[in-house]
Amino acid sequence: MASPIYELYNEQVIEHSKKPRNYREMDAANRKAEGVNPLCGDHQIIYLQVEDDVIKDISFICIGEDKVKNCAISKSSASMMTRSLKGKTLKDADTLFNGFHEMLTGELNEAAQDKLGHLGVFAGVRKFPERVKCATLPWHTMRAALNNQEVASTEGALDPASSAGG
Amino acid sequence: MSVTKTSLLETPDILTDARWDVERIREDFPVLRQMVNGKPLVYLDNAASSQVPQIVIDRGSIYLEQEHSNIHRGVHYLSQRATTAYEGAREKVKRFINAREARECIFVRGATEGINLVMHGYGRKFIGEGDEVIISAMEHHSNIVPWQMLCEEKNARLRVIPMNDQGELLLDEYDALLNERTKIVAIAHISNALGTINPVKEMIARAHKYGVPVLLDGAQGAPHLTVDVQDLDCDFYALSGHKMFAPTGSGVVYGKAELLEKMNPFQGGGSMIRTVSFEKTTYAGLPDKFEAGTPAIASQIGLGAAIDYLNSIGREQAVAYEHELLTYATEKISAIEGVRIIGTAREKASVLSFVVDEVHPHDIGTILDQEGIAVRAGHHCAQPVMKRFKVSATARASFAFYNTKHEVDALVSAIEKVIEVFG
Repeated sequence: MASPIYELYNEQVIEHSKKPRNYREMDAANRKAEGVNPLCGDHQIIYLQVEDDVIKDISFICIGEDKVKNCAISKSSASMMTRSLKGKTLKDADTLFNGFHEMLTGELNEAAQDKLGHLGVFAGVRKFPERVKCATLPWHTMRAALNNQEVASTEGALDPASSAGG
Repeated sequence: MSVTKTSLLETPDILTDARWDVERIREDFPVLRQMVNGKPLVYLDNAASSQVPQIVIDRGSIYLEQEHSNIHRGVHYLSQRATTAYEGAREKVKRFINAREARECIFVRGATEGINLVMHGYGRKFIGEGDEVIISAMEHHSNIVPWQMLCEEKNARLRVIPMNDQGELLLDEYDALLNERTKIVAIAHISNALGTINPVKEMIARAHKYGVPVLLDGAQGAPHLTVDVQDLDCDFYALSGHKMFAPTGSGVVYGKAELLEKMNPFQGGGSMIRTVSFEKTTYAGLPDKFEAGTPAIASQIGLGAAIDYLNSIGREQAVAYEHELLTYATEKISAIEGVRIIGTAREKASVLSFVVDEVHPHDIGTILDQEGIAVRAGHHCAQPVMKRFKVSATARASFAFYNTKHEVDALVSAIEKVIEVFG
């Protein structure tokens, strides 16, 4: 059995963290939100272009003082989220959001996890409760953008975890 | 500081010196005898909070089992015993930092509360519009935010001493900042994020030429150096018990009696009064004036016991050993390809902050934890320091006298594993 550390930092997670997909600002975006985790400093902006309830385009950038900017978990999660959501309806996005969240909080059975497709590579995060917020940050930020909120935070009044899964 | 250097010269290789039996010292700390994720715990987060020796735990138990009562207000037996123990701890603090009088040592919850006490008691009374407060670029948020709040309230100006790329304060710039509008200087004795030992004695002398009092944030200084407030001639010195082998909730702010006497009280309530009527209240003398309400009696008694412990093992020896350990760790870790040490001042203590190419410190922290190694990963409550060094965060290993060379070796192997995972 693989050690938990390689379940967390599996090949795909590492690969996406090093070469994130859809990593760019988007001038044509009509939805945008900034996500921050003040405790660890992860800071991202998610851009969406939504037409007729379909996500035509989605991208993200990380903000930080150095080249790495954000942790591998939040960066790869954002990267794989953009890949999953491009071309999806808002309803599909909501379903994936709920499925992803449930997978990380351990409430999802294997069959349901299969429906998440390649997002299943983040299942290992649930053994690291401190890191769940890293993986869910882009998803909460994406949902904040769709709800026309400009900021999502993992702490305090804006804590998406308090309204998570709903 | 000079004491530290002398000791090092006399004991060039204290790591193998029979006079420092680290294995024997480790037996005093029950928390160290455990496995984490199947590996022996390697506790390198001492700058955040240090571990508590059995003798301090036992002292707390004795208090709770045999002495617990409120202090200063009962004529009964237990209250007298509790008061004696609490005031005895104050005497120990006085000797530990070499204050002139025990009443100059105010018990607080920690360095943060100590700094806030000085901000409220001294700052709000003596600092006004157009006045200036000097802090440094390497301060912990606890020595930034209170002064910012004061400056905002009083329309005063916060001035910041810059530092160089090694993490050393620029003293010429400090001289340029000092002027007749300066009303207080507040700086760290040792930086919690970089480990820099600041030349505080010299900085205090320069401030005093302008008649400006100086507060030292001693949260890291008190546990890792020998402190003599009279020799330093600092006006205030704040320390946290939980960073010096005592329980949380213990701490001290030292102040020169003449300053404390003319300051406003901090919090109002019981214990800090002489007389109360609805027309007027008169305040108690030192130190009671600053200790409203029932304090953390058990914790402060624990701080006294921790000081006894530190004296029993030898302060200067402990400081010298930690310095040797830091030197060993710095050599080993800087030799790993792709690792950069943040904070390379000539005078350093306890703290080793580092970053690994292409890897975020939180990922380092998670992988190290799997190896049983506790480090801090993040901004260390010093976001301006992170910005100055153009990093989002760092991983920080911070040492105490119970850490070993083997633990440093385990840290090095774990960092190599980080590089392998992200290979």
